[in-house]
Amino acid sequence: MGSNMAEQHPVGFQWVIEAKERGAKVIHVDPRFTRTSAMADRHVSIRAGTDIAFLGGVINYVLAHRRWFTDYVRHYTNGPVILKPEFRDTEDEAGFFSGWNPDDGLYGIDTWGYDGTGGETAGGKTEQTADVSGDQSQGAHGMDLEGGEPPHYDDTMEHERCVLQVLTRHFARYTPEAVADICGCAPEDVVAVAEAMAENSGRERTSAVVYAVGWTQHTVGVQNIRAASILQLLLGNIGRPGGGILALRGHANIQGSTDIPTLYDILPGYIPMPHPQRNPTLDTFVAENGPATGAWGNLRSYMVSLLKAWWGEAATEDNDYCFGHLPRVDGDHSHYAMMLRMLDGGVQGMLCVGQNPAVGSANSGLMRAALAKLDWLVVRDFQPTETALFWRDSPDHEDGTVTAQGIDTEVFFLPAATHVEKDGSFTNTQRLLQWREKACEPPGDARSETQWIWHLGCIIREKLADSEDPRDRPIRELTWAYPLEGRDAEPDPDAVLAEISGCRADGTYLDSYDDLQDDGSTSCGSWIHCGVYKDGVNQSARKKPGTEQNWIAREWGWAWPKDTRIIYNRASADPDGRPWSERKRYVWWDETSGSWTSLGDGPDFPPTKAPDYDPPRDARGLAAIAGDKPFILHPDGRGWLYSPTGLTDGPLPAHYEPQESPFVNALYGQQQSPTRQTYPRDKNPYHPSDGVAGADVFPFVLSTYRLTEHHTAGSMSRTVSYLAELQPEFFCEVSPQLAAERGLRHGEWATIVSARNAVEARVMVTDRIKPLRVQGRVMHLVGAPYHWGGVGIVTGDSANELLPLSLDSNVHISEYKVSTCDIQAGRRPRGPARVALVDSYRRRAGVRE
Amino acid sequence: MKLEVHTWPATYGEQAQPRMGFFTDTSICIGCKACEVACKEWNHVPMQLQGFTGNSYDNSVDLGADRWRHVAFVEQRLPADATDGGSLVQIAERGAAIDAGVQTYQEGDGVRWLMASDVCKHCTDAACLEVCPTGSLFRTEFGTVVVQEDVCNGCGYCVPACPFGVLDKREDDGRVWKCTLCYDRLRDDQEPACAQACPTNSIQFGELDELRERADRRLARLRDAGQDQARLYLADEDNGIHGAGAFFLLLDEPEVYGLPPDPVDTVRDLGSIWAAAGAAALALGAGLAAAVLGGRG
Repeated sequence: MGSNMAEQHPVGFQWVIEAKERGAKVIHVDPRFTRTSAMADRHVSIRAGTDIAFLGGVINYVLAHRRWFTDYVRHYTNGPVILKPEFRDTEDEAGFFSGWNPDDGLYGIDTWGYDGTGGETAGGKTEQTADVSGDQSQGAHGMDLEGGEPPHYDDTMEHERCVLQVLTRHFARYTPEAVADICGCAPEDVVAVAEAMAENSGRERTSAVVYAVGWTQHTVGVQNIRAASILQLLLGNIGRPGGGILALRGHANIQGSTDIPTLYDILPGYIPMPHPQRNPTLDTFVAENGPATGAWGNLRSYMVSLLKAWWGEAATEDNDYCFGHLPRVDGDHSHYAMMLRMLDGGVQGMLCVGQNPAVGSANSGLMRAALAKLDWLVVRDFQPTETALFWRDSPDHEDGTVTAQGIDTEVFFLPAATHVEKDGSFTNTQRLLQWREKACEPPGDARSETQWIWHLGCIIREKLADSEDPRDRPIRELTWAYPLEGRDAEPDPDAVLAEISGCRADGTYLDSYDDLQDDGSTSCGSWIHCGVYKDGVNQSARKKPGTEQNWIAREWGWAWPKDTRIIYNRASADPDGRPWSERKRYVWWDETSGSWTSLGDGPDFPPTKAPDYDPPRDARGLAAIAGDKPFILHPDGRGWLYSPTGLTDGPLPAHYEPQESPFVNALYGQQQSPTRQTYPRDKNPYHPSDGVAGADVFPFVLSTYRLTEHHTAGSMSRTVSYLAELQPEFFCEVSPQLAAERGLRHGEWATIVSARNAVEARVMVTDRIKPLRVQGRVMHLVGAPYHWGGVGIVTGDSANELLPLSLDSNVHISEYKVSTCDIQAGRRPRGPARVALVDSYRRRAGVRE
Repeated sequence: MKLEVHTWPATYGEQAQPRMGFFTDTSICIGCKACEVACKEWNHVPMQLQGFTGNSYDNSVDLGADRWRHVAFVEQRLPADATDGGSLVQIAERGAAIDAGVQTYQEGDGVRWLMASDVCKHCTDAACLEVCPTGSLFRTEFGTVVVQEDVCNGCGYCVPACPFGVLDKREDDGRVWKCTLCYDRLRDDQEPACAQACPTNSIQFGELDELRERADRRLARLRDAGQDQARLYLADEDNGIHGAGAFFLLLDEPEVYGLPPDPVDTVRDLGSIWAAAGAAALALGAGLAAAVLGGRG
C-alpha cells in the first residue's frame, strides 16, 4: 500500500517476483492500477487519502475475530499496559483525543501516557507542538519508567483501560461496510485482505508490508504508517524473517540522509536538536530527551561521543563537551516553513543542493515567488534546473506576472558530480549501507558534495581564523582535517566513514554503540553507525556474493545498528527464547552457551541476557529491559500498539479526510486532521471540501505521482535523451467515464485547474483508472505524473503547480498525494488569460486567501 | 530440435560457438524499459523522440534502426465472467496457486496490462541475410544475425525482406541498423546489455537449446496454474522461419502484442517461384515455337 514498487523500485521488485515464484501472494492496495497492480495477485482500488480507513478495517477484522498473535501481543507489545483514566479516545470526544487545545490548535499530551507515569514525556514536556518539533515530536523517545516496566498492566488484556481494549473500541467503527463506503472498494475487499494477512501470519508464517511516499505525503502521513505498525504488531510480524514494514524511499539514499540527517530538527542517529531555552546544558538536554531505560538510556554517551567527533580536543568535561556549540532549534524550520519565511523576506540566501523546488515542491508558483525574495541563491546540480533559471524563465514569466528585470536575486550555479563520479555509501530500506566506488572523475568544474563542503568550510575557517567572537568558536574549533586524495583534493570518504563509526582516545576503532562512553574517552559521529569501520575496515564495502554465503548474506555491506539485518530480532523467538516455529527459526536462546544465537544475523538484543531476566527496579539503560522484551529502543522494551509519546496528532491513527476532499468525514465529526499545518494566504488558497459552499467547483480528486521512466522533478531524466523519449510529454490519466463526462479525448489536451494554477496535459483515457462509488456518489480521480518543467529535452507544465501546502504536523510533509481539481477539454489559456481562468474558478468557489 | 542453419555452425569449423539467444518471458515483464535504455547506451543508438503516442505507456512505437529493444504495453479489459473460475486470480484466491508455485501476472480488477519486450528474432532462416548483396549481414559464430555497418551500402533489400519489420534504415546515414545481440559483448564473454539490465529476469540470455528447455518448463508451470492462454512463440522449428534465436513466452495471441502470428521466411519460396517462372517461360517459349512452327506448317 502507498507504494508503486514495480515502477518506482523496479530493481528491488525483482525480489517480489522471486517471492511470487516461491509461492508468496502479493496484494496491491492503491487508487490506481499500476505496473505493480499488473503483477499482483489482487489489486484493490481505494480512494486516495483513505488508507487509515482501509487499514482500520483490517485491524478491526483482526481484533473482532481474535486473529491476533496472542503470545506475541501479550509479551512483546504494550497491548496489556493500562492507560490513564483521564485518557479520552476519538470515540469519546467526537473525533478528538483528550488534551485538545483549540486556541493553540494542538494537543496537550498529559492524559495520553501509561497509568501511573508522570503526565509527560521525558523531562516534563506537556504539549506536542508542531512548531517546536526539535526536542518534542522527534525527540520524544519515551517516558521514564521505573525498572523499564509500565506501572500497571494486565496480562489477560481484559482490563477496560488496557491498550488492547482501547484499540478494540477505537477501531470497532471501522467495519467492512463503513470502510468500503469511505474507500470506494467492496466490503469483501477489506475482509479478503484482512483474512489473507491473518492467514499468513503467526508462528509458521509472516507477512510484510511495503509502503513509500504514497503513505507519507498526506496530512496524516505518520499515522498511515502507525496504522501499519499496529497491524504488524498484532499479527506478530515485526522482528521476524519475512515480516516487517519496508519503507521504500523516494531516492537512492533518502534513508541515509535521514540517519545522518539533512533535516533541521535532528542530529545524527535521531538525536533531537537542542532547544534554546529548555536545554541550556548537556545535563538538561539528556534529562529532557533520553528516557532512563532502554537503548536511549545511554543518550549522554551518544551525545558526548558525537560532540567529541565534531569538536575533538576542544570538547572537554569543563566546557560541557562544547554542547553550547550546537545550533538550537527555536521553531519550525522545515522546508515549507522556510520557503514561507523566505516569501515574507525573512531569508537572505539559500544553498539549494540536489533539489528543484521550482518544479518539485507543492505549489511551485509560491516557491518561485519565495526564491525571488532572496538576495542570493546557489544551485548545485548536474545542469541548470528550473530552480537555477527561475529568474529568467518560468510559467510566471509566460503569464506576464514577473519579469527577469524585476527579480534581484543573484544566482550562482555550481555543477555537481554524479553518483558514479564520487565514492560513498547508499543506505537502503533495510538500513543496509552499501559502499560504491568512483567509476570516473567528474567532468569540468563538477565536484562531489564532500569536496565542495569541505573546501567551503576551509575558506570560512580561514576567514574566521583571527576572530575572537565567541559565536565563531563552533566553526573555528570544529575537527576539519581529513586526508586529501585525487585530482580535486577530495577528503577521503573512508576517513569520513571512520569518523562516523568512532574510535577511542587512543585511536583504536569501536565495535558497537555499547562501547560508547559519556566521559569523553570515545568519539563517534553517529551512534547507530558505530562499528561500520570496525577493525579499521570499511565494513559497508564488503561484497561477498550471495551465492557464497547463506541467505542472510551478512558479509555484504553493513546494516545499522550493529550490522543487524532484521531489527528487534529477539522477537523471532518466543518469550522463553525458543523459535516460534522451525520454519521461522532466526534468533534463539542457546541454553548451553548462555547466549543468543542465530542463523547468521547478529542478535540486536544484549547477547547474554537470559529470556527470564527480570531487571531490578533501579536498573537503567539496556539493563532495565527484561529478557522477553525485544523492542530495546523503547523504554519498556515493548512494541507500541499505542504511542503514549512521540506524536503530535494522537496516540492512535484515526481516519480524517484530506485537506481537500469531495466527501465529508463519515467516521467523525472532525473533517480533517485537527493538527495539520495549513497556511492560508493569497498564493496558497484552499478549496472548500464537501459540505461547504463551492466544493462542487473542484469536484475531482487529484493525485500526483511518478513514472519509472523519469526521476522526481525531472532534471535528471528530462535532460537524458534515452529517458526523455520514453515519456516525452506531461499527461493525465482519467477513466473512460470521466472522459465522457468532460468531453476529454484520448491523446488530445486537457486543462487541469485548481485555485493555485492551471496546467495542460495530454489525455490518457484508460480502464486502469476506475471511478469509485463513495458515500453513494461517483468519485473520479485525475492522475498526474509531476516530472515535467521548463528545462530539458522534453518539457511541459508541472503538476505541482496545482497543489496547496497542507502538511503533516509531525514531519511537515505536504499532501502531494491528494487534493481536488477541475478538468476541462483543450489546452490552457496563455499569458494573463491563465491567471484570469484561475481567478474565475476562485470566485466561483468563493475562495479567498 | 533443429538449431543448425546452412551457414552455421559448419562454416565456422572449430571457431563455432553454441547458438546463443534470448528467451523473453513476458509473464514477469514489469515494463520498466531498462532493456531499451541499456541497449541504447551500450550500442550508442540515437534518440528517437516521437512524442506522446497515447498507446498506453509505449512512446517508442516499434523496433527500428533507432530502437533495438521495444517494450509493448497492452491494456485489456476482461469481461467479468471471462475468468470462469480458471484464472490465476481465482486460483490464488482458493490458495491453490500456492501449491502450484505460480500466481497471477498482469491481471486484476477486470483489467489486464500486458508488457513484453520485443527484439530482433535472429531467425534460423533469416531472409535479411539471404537478400543482402554486400555480405554486410552475416551469421556470427554464435548463430546470430548481425549487420556490419562498415559494409552496409544502404541498398535496403533487407528491409522488406524481414517478416517482423525489424530491419530499418536510419534516416540520416542511409544504412541499416538492428540488434546485434551485443556481438561485441558476446565476444568478451558478457551477456547482452538488455538481459543484464532486466531486473526481473524477463529477458534471459543463454545457449538456445538450454533456453528452450527452460521455456518448456516455465510454460508447463503456467499452464498448470491455469494460465491456459500462455504459449511459446518461435521457440521450435515448426514455423515459417524454422525457429528463432530470440523467442518469447506470451500470455495471449501474438497479434495482441503486435507480433505476426505466422511469420514466413520471405525468401523461402524463391526457389519454387523461380522454378515456376522458368517453367512458365519454357511453356511460353514452347507455345510460341509451336505457334510459329505450326503457322509455318
